[in-house]
Amino acid sequence: MTKLRIPAMPLSRRGVLKGAAAVTAAGLILPHTAGAARAQSRGGTFRVGIGHGSTTDSLDPGLWENLYVQTFAAARHNYLIEVGADGQLLPEIAESWDTDDGTNWVFTIRQGVTFHSGKDVTAEDVVASINHHRGEDSTSVVKPLLAAITDVRADGNTVIVTLEAPNADLPYLMTDYHVPIMPGMDGRIDPASTDGCGGYIVESFEHGVQSTLNRNPNYWKSDRAWFDRIELVSILDPAARLNALITGEVHLIDQVDPATIGMLEGRGVARILSIPGNAHYGFPMDSRAAPYNDNNIRLALKYAIDREAMVDVILGGHGAVSNDNPIGPANRYFNTEMEMKTYDPDRARFYLREAGLDSLDVTIAVADAAFSGAVDAGAMFSETARAAGINMTVNRVPNDGYWSNVWLNPNGDTPFCATYWGGRAVEDHMFTTAYAAGADWNESFWSNDRFNELLVAARSEVNEELRREMYMEMQQIVSFEGSTIIPMYNNYVMAVANEIGTPEQISANWNFDGFRCVERWWMA
Amino acid sequence: MIALRVALGIGLLFIVSLIIFGATELLPGDLAQQLLGQGATPETLAALREQLGLNDPAPVRYWNWLSGALTGDFGVSLSNGRPISELIGARLGNTVFLALYAASLAVPISLVLGILAALWRNSIFDRAANAGALTAISFPEFFVAYILVLWLAQTGIFPSMVRINPTTTFGDRIYMTFLPALTLTLVVTAHMMRMTRAAIINLMASPYIEMARLKGLSPLRIVLRHAVPNALAPIINVIALNLAYLITGVVVVEVVFVYPGLGQLMVDAVSNRDIAVVQAVALIFAAAYIALNLLADVLSTITNPRLMHRR
Repeated sequence: MTKLRIPAMPLSRRGVLKGAAAVTAAGLILPHTAGAARAQSRGGTFRVGIGHGSTTDSLDPGLWENLYVQTFAAARHNYLIEVGADGQLLPEIAESWDTDDGTNWVFTIRQGVTFHSGKDVTAEDVVASINHHRGEDSTSVVKPLLAAITDVRADGNTVIVTLEAPNADLPYLMTDYHVPIMPGMDGRIDPASTDGCGGYIVESFEHGVQSTLNRNPNYWKSDRAWFDRIELVSILDPAARLNALITGEVHLIDQVDPATIGMLEGRGVARILSIPGNAHYGFPMDSRAAPYNDNNIRLALKYAIDREAMVDVILGGHGAVSNDNPIGPANRYFNTEMEMKTYDPDRARFYLREAGLDSLDVTIAVADAAFSGAVDAGAMFSETARAAGINMTVNRVPNDGYWSNVWLNPNGDTPFCATYWGGRAVEDHMFTTAYAAGADWNESFWSNDRFNELLVAARSEVNEELRREMYMEMQQIVSFEGSTIIPMYNNYVMAVANEIGTPEQISANWNFDGFRCVERWWMA
Repeated sequence: MIALRVALGIGLLFIVSLIIFGATELLPGDLAQQLLGQGATPETLAALREQLGLNDPAPVRYWNWLSGALTGDFGVSLSNGRPISELIGARLGNTVFLALYAASLAVPISLVLGILAALWRNSIFDRAANAGALTAISFPEFFVAYILVLWLAQTGIFPSMVRINPTTTFGDRIYMTFLPALTLTLVVTAHMMRMTRAAIINLMASPYIEMARLKGLSPLRIVLRHAVPNALAPIINVIALNLAYLITGVVVVEVVFVYPGLGQLMVDAVSNRDIAVVQAVALIFAAAYIALNLLADVLSTITNPRLMHRR
């Protein structure tokens, strides 16, 4: 497989950017084969093997977190707004939306859409669906994300959302996979219900095993949901997943091991889709703890990592180098003008001397729970850092309990560890989640006054040019003063059977065509 | 005699229940943390813990759990709110089905092979059977499984994964589950076969067998009529042990063939801190082990007149 390098072309995601600007990076470098271009047709059963899912998965949208529940959700639910394959916003349950000042938002609800139960989708249902993630007793993981919403109310067939401060990106937040539109009852949704207004009706499901869905005959979209039936199977073992694809038990699998791609292609039964997105792997450093509180040390470490080698070895070439930038090539304001940090031991030594040190001893805590290959990445980092006079001890910690005992340095003994991010459609979403001062998931406990100022200002800035400049500067700050080393963007690598047709362009927003493979793809 | 055995078994089960409860207390992290994962904040954690009743002291939770379990009610899964008995029901059925399927292949094969190997001791057949069985048991299960997938699934003869749903017929089920059952058969046969062979060979040196031989009986009749009944006790024991293994120890095979059995449920539950499910499954496993060993004891007592009619 040849290496896929991402061209420096930002994805446009906005209706206001006209015409040809909507041609995007992802579509240009997808491998196309014969099956991909045939016309759409109805029918068939689409079976998907997913390397996630467990008996403890929940139907409660506030607790969703893995690809299995995400895909299952995309099959049965609709959202207010959809992120199209090209990154642009598409109206879904919200027919249109508008704001005067960025604080008050009006969403007009599409009429004539019904839930699987037959009930009409109303503005009250939308309010209940959003409110499930707000308020004191909410256990939703996106509660912090929607914390800026002060009021949601229904007014006829519109929903009015009021924010505490202007935010031009609110429509993007409404595309979050945690916020499907579900039927409300007395202002609340039933989180244990499978009822939705999406393209497929749940026939049966068993968490961690499989689910089956049948096409919704009343689905309001005429050019979607091509399959008659969807079967989602949880197959955790990578070899079992690959076998299932080769023997025709499933049509699509995720997380294809780079080492097996050549063998799979040789079989001629499936094609590989390698989709560059904003997802990235990184190594956060607790900026409150010595020695990471010194930016010179952080820079020394950033120059002591061999990014190219990591993309080659850890990702098998299915990815791109990152300049310690959580904003990816699929983002609108992706900064490509910054000086690219390369592996440079002399420069790393220079920053060590700036910090008043000849050598440095650090320990990095890694587990493959952070990302597949994290342990190897830690070892590679340790090797390349040695040349810069940095003695890096790789502390291999258990996968079990990684997110509660290691990540975010809860015990004070893991200031330097590994992490992954799925990437976000908008810059603000990513920055607010993990880089704003005091954010719950600010994994490096980093705080930069100028950055925080810009973050708030950019949110409500309506001048496109000024907004771009602000986001450019923020990326510069995070890259050169931030406390997270981000060596690479990882592609979404999936394998799809030849009999499945896929669109020309596949979404870079999330895995599985933004989870929408179930309704966008077809039996060729 | 038998009553005492049963009473001991129940007492043992009670002690095991205490250990199970204690051990799950020692796991790092708790369910609320695991459920929210990367998304946990102190605030949402506290709310979820309160909802799940994780704040009660341990003895209270133990008592609630044990009294429920005795009436067949294991409570609800902490993570998705479904009744555990419902969650376990189908899985237990799958696990027992696979165990019986594998046993119905493995037990006759190993008994026949064992008896024949004893009968033709040191012959080519004996050596070949031993070598084959030992080879199969020496490979890790997943390796045996992958080899079978390569030979029998990728060639299209059998499916590489098991997809059971409520409408699956018994015949389909037998067909779909053949590879996992065969894998398990290969893994357990050596143990049972060699025990059968050894027990019979051991008896073949006894005076009463010598007598039978001098009487002019055929070798097959000597083995089946005179040796096997006296060799039953160790054979029953090793079969029970392997049955228990087939119920409790097949998680690797379940993973490879995507078989929804109890083992995978347990692994899932452990990694997700669904303590209620872990406890329930562990208790079922312990009960299966104790019950099968109990059964083996009882059966070997029955087959041995000296134990049945002790003076």
